[in-house]
Amino acid sequence: MTKTLLSLSGISKQFDGKTVVDELSLTIDDGEFITLLGPSGCGKTTLLRMMAGFELPDQGTVTLSGVDITQTPPEERPLNTVFQNYALFPHMSVFDNVAYGLKMEKRPKAEIRERVEEALAMVQLEDFSRRKPHQLSGGQQQRVAIARAVVKRPKMLLLDEPLSALDYKLRRTMQVELKRLQRELGITFVFVTHDQEEALSMSDRIVVLKDGLIQQLGTPREVYERPANVFTARFVGQTNFFPGRVTGIEDKRISVDVFGLNRVLGKPSFRVTTNQPLHVLLRPEDLRVLAPDDTEGVAGKIVERNYKGSTLDSVIELEDGSQVMASEFFDEDDPAFDYSIGEPVRVSWVDGWEWLLAEESDEPLTDEEELAADDAEH
Amino acid sequence: MMLSIRQQPFRAAVLVLVWGWLLFLVLAPNLLVVGTSVMTRNPGTFISMPLNLDAYRQLFNPLYLEVFIHSLYMAAMTTLVCLLIGYPFAWALSRVEKRRQMLLIFLLIVPFWTNSLVRTYALKLILATNGLLNQGLMSLGIIDEPAQLLYTEGAVIVGLVYLLLPFMILPLYSVFDDLRQDVLLASHDLGAGRFATFKNVIVPLTLPGVLAGVMLVLLPAMGLFFVPDILGGSRNLLVGNVIKNQFLDARNWPFGAAASIMLTVAMALLMFAHRLSKRRLGEEGA
Amino acid sequence: MRWLPRTYLALVYLLLYVPIIVLVVFSFNDSRTGYSWGGLSLRWYESLFNNHAMVQAMWNSLWLALTAATVSTLIGALTALALHRYRFRGKKVLNGMLFVVMMSPEIVLAISLLGLFLLLGLKLGYVSLLLAHVTFCLPFVVITVMARLAGFDERLPEAARDLGASDFTMTRTVLIPVIMPALMAGWMLGFTLSMDDVVVSTFVSGPSYEILPLRIYSMVRVGLKPEVNALGTLLLVFSLVMLMFSHWILSRSKQ
Repeated sequence: MTKTLLSLSGISKQFDGKTVVDELSLTIDDGEFITLLGPSGCGKTTLLRMMAGFELPDQGTVTLSGVDITQTPPEERPLNTVFQNYALFPHMSVFDNVAYGLKMEKRPKAEIRERVEEALAMVQLEDFSRRKPHQLSGGQQQRVAIARAVVKRPKMLLLDEPLSALDYKLRRTMQVELKRLQRELGITFVFVTHDQEEALSMSDRIVVLKDGLIQQLGTPREVYERPANVFTARFVGQTNFFPGRVTGIEDKRISVDVFGLNRVLGKPSFRVTTNQPLHVLLRPEDLRVLAPDDTEGVAGKIVERNYKGSTLDSVIELEDGSQVMASEFFDEDDPAFDYSIGEPVRVSWVDGWEWLLAEESDEPLTDEEELAADDAEH
Repeated sequence: MMLSIRQQPFRAAVLVLVWGWLLFLVLAPNLLVVGTSVMTRNPGTFISMPLNLDAYRQLFNPLYLEVFIHSLYMAAMTTLVCLLIGYPFAWALSRVEKRRQMLLIFLLIVPFWTNSLVRTYALKLILATNGLLNQGLMSLGIIDEPAQLLYTEGAVIVGLVYLLLPFMILPLYSVFDDLRQDVLLASHDLGAGRFATFKNVIVPLTLPGVLAGVMLVLLPAMGLFFVPDILGGSRNLLVGNVIKNQFLDARNWPFGAAASIMLTVAMALLMFAHRLSKRRLGEEGA
Repeated sequence: MRWLPRTYLALVYLLLYVPIIVLVVFSFNDSRTGYSWGGLSLRWYESLFNNHAMVQAMWNSLWLALTAATVSTLIGALTALALHRYRFRGKKVLNGMLFVVMMSPEIVLAISLLGLFLLLGLKLGYVSLLLAHVTFCLPFVVITVMARLAGFDERLPEAARDLGASDFTMTRTVLIPVIMPALMAGWMLGFTLSMDDVVVSTFVSGPSYEILPLRIYSMVRVGLKPEVNALGTLLLVFSLVMLMFSHWILSRSKQ
């Protein structure tokens, strides 16, 4: 049984006349791990800061457990934040940092001690309570920041790109750690990130944002396998776009022409008309590279091959000059993997693995968004 | 700009306080000086009407012109000596291990924290006719009878250099500290010799520091009137001495004000040059 | 050739310190003439403390430096905070004005203030000295505190409020402790500038409030006064103690 914990309705925010969040509504359920995902400047951090109370929305309301908290100052909201660069108080010990919030509540000394120790034990830092923040590693500082935020037993924990300052390996460890904490504490996590991989692996639900608008809201699987629009498809994971044209419409299927190849595909949820151009989306792992004399597939030639350990990535240039990527499990005994650069091949896929999207008016992506999406992948 | 609504009263109070202070104690008095400089001298009330430019004309009176030129000469010499001592000093300092650098800078600042009058006076002990320097030189047999060191132009320049050297070194040290070693290596790598690297890379990159140092030394070197008072006798005066005499002894306020405006103009020119050199290095707004 | 820069550094330091060492050594000199060594003695320290006018000037200077440093630290810190936290019209002008005050020759500030005080009919004495000293100390305090605030994490105040601190509590428990070293450094800089000032004080002080630098000035203008050696040594020790104290605070806060 899920119940709504926090809801935003019709939230707008402008900075210097520039709209950062645009009439956005969102409800967050009690106990879920929800991620706000988007490129820099998409409004995700502003949204989080409005939940925390650091920014006031120009329009709209914020409700927590049915109580309107739109104008409530941050110190009176039962939510706590884990900041991007931790924001640990440099002049206080680890213990005093974690105790700060409880002191503000004027709790008795004994209770503070007990709860701080409990919180530090939870993040495995019980032996570090006397250290100052600068004597800790990045990962340890991160844990202190989390302990400091959860020791107050907030209804909701807001995490603003908390892992972005850590190196790749530590980030993976902390992802697992955060999931464990969320399960143990049973509180709602609102997680902000621009890292789609992080979002996919951690969240119960993902909110994909762009220009202050929600692009898609769904489980990681929905967002990855059934992107709602071109932006989401490009931003989350790698996607190949094949140009298609509707040639026939039946009850539950449509036929689509892709580079002269006629394929019968499942009918999409949006309305289609004959001759309508479509995007046929395929993830690299869904593509198959076939021999040039194969009857199936689209003709092209290999322009790049990258060995990635368990997989082999091939970049294939199609007839119209566009490039697609295919990622196949590596099998050294298979002669099909012997293609060299420049060699002609055909590219195909299993029916039903594709995803169809209508062409949008505001395509293609601007350079800036491409860059942001690139950043997000690293 | 967080939570600005709640802080409005505090913000307003702070801004009123600091603006009030600066307008009342900096802007208004400076306007007064400008006003004074165009009024007429009056022994009783210091200044009176009518408005005129006599004070400025008086600046070009040969008697004063000579004093000003002499003062400018001494200030320029002071600046030059500071630069010649300070430039290699700052360079060498920036190449010392980081740990020791802090101690060395500390040692450089200690004299700055010591009363400057007392330090000037200490020079007198050394430079006097029967002072330590003369005694030393005579006992070494270099000179036979004491040389006149005190109450000379040289003594004033030594005094000014002694007081102002740290102000030349600190900005220079800061630019040398920012000077990355790899830039020099790149210059050598591209075929420049030691001298070419110095001329084409080091000098342009340290120029803002040089100008900051010049600004911090040249101006005070024209104003620190107590140095000639203690070391220079009556013939080696600074612009500062002239201004002080006009205000406190001769009671010619318009003339003193005009001389002080001259100093302010010199400051403005130097600040402008400094900004220009920084902008050329793309450090605008610094 | 590594010895060359080092020798050069050592030589310049020697030149900087010789006069100070001479001063300290001669403060214990029994000889009256002041140029030759006449044996160890504390007589100049004794005559210094028996000089009532001198002792009075010392107290006056201390009190002036104490109050001027405190007032300029208060105003300077608030100004730095305002410059750091708020956007307002004329911010650049304010910044520029502080820079101009810092750069302008002291004598220009001195005569402009003298003009103002006479125009207002303010009697020259403690109040005029205090106003003048706070004015020339102010930019130095602002710069010191601004430098500290530049490295200040903007998220710290937010973190404090997020954990339940009111704006006032945040200021008390986070902001002030973090900028404390800069406040101390600024205060000590102000104190020293005030204790050392001759130029501005010459113009804006009156007979009712004699301060130490002016007293020294009148003593050293003509001839040699061995008491000055003793006084200089005391001032040196005093500023060394202050400097070491501030250094200690700064290095402790960096940990």
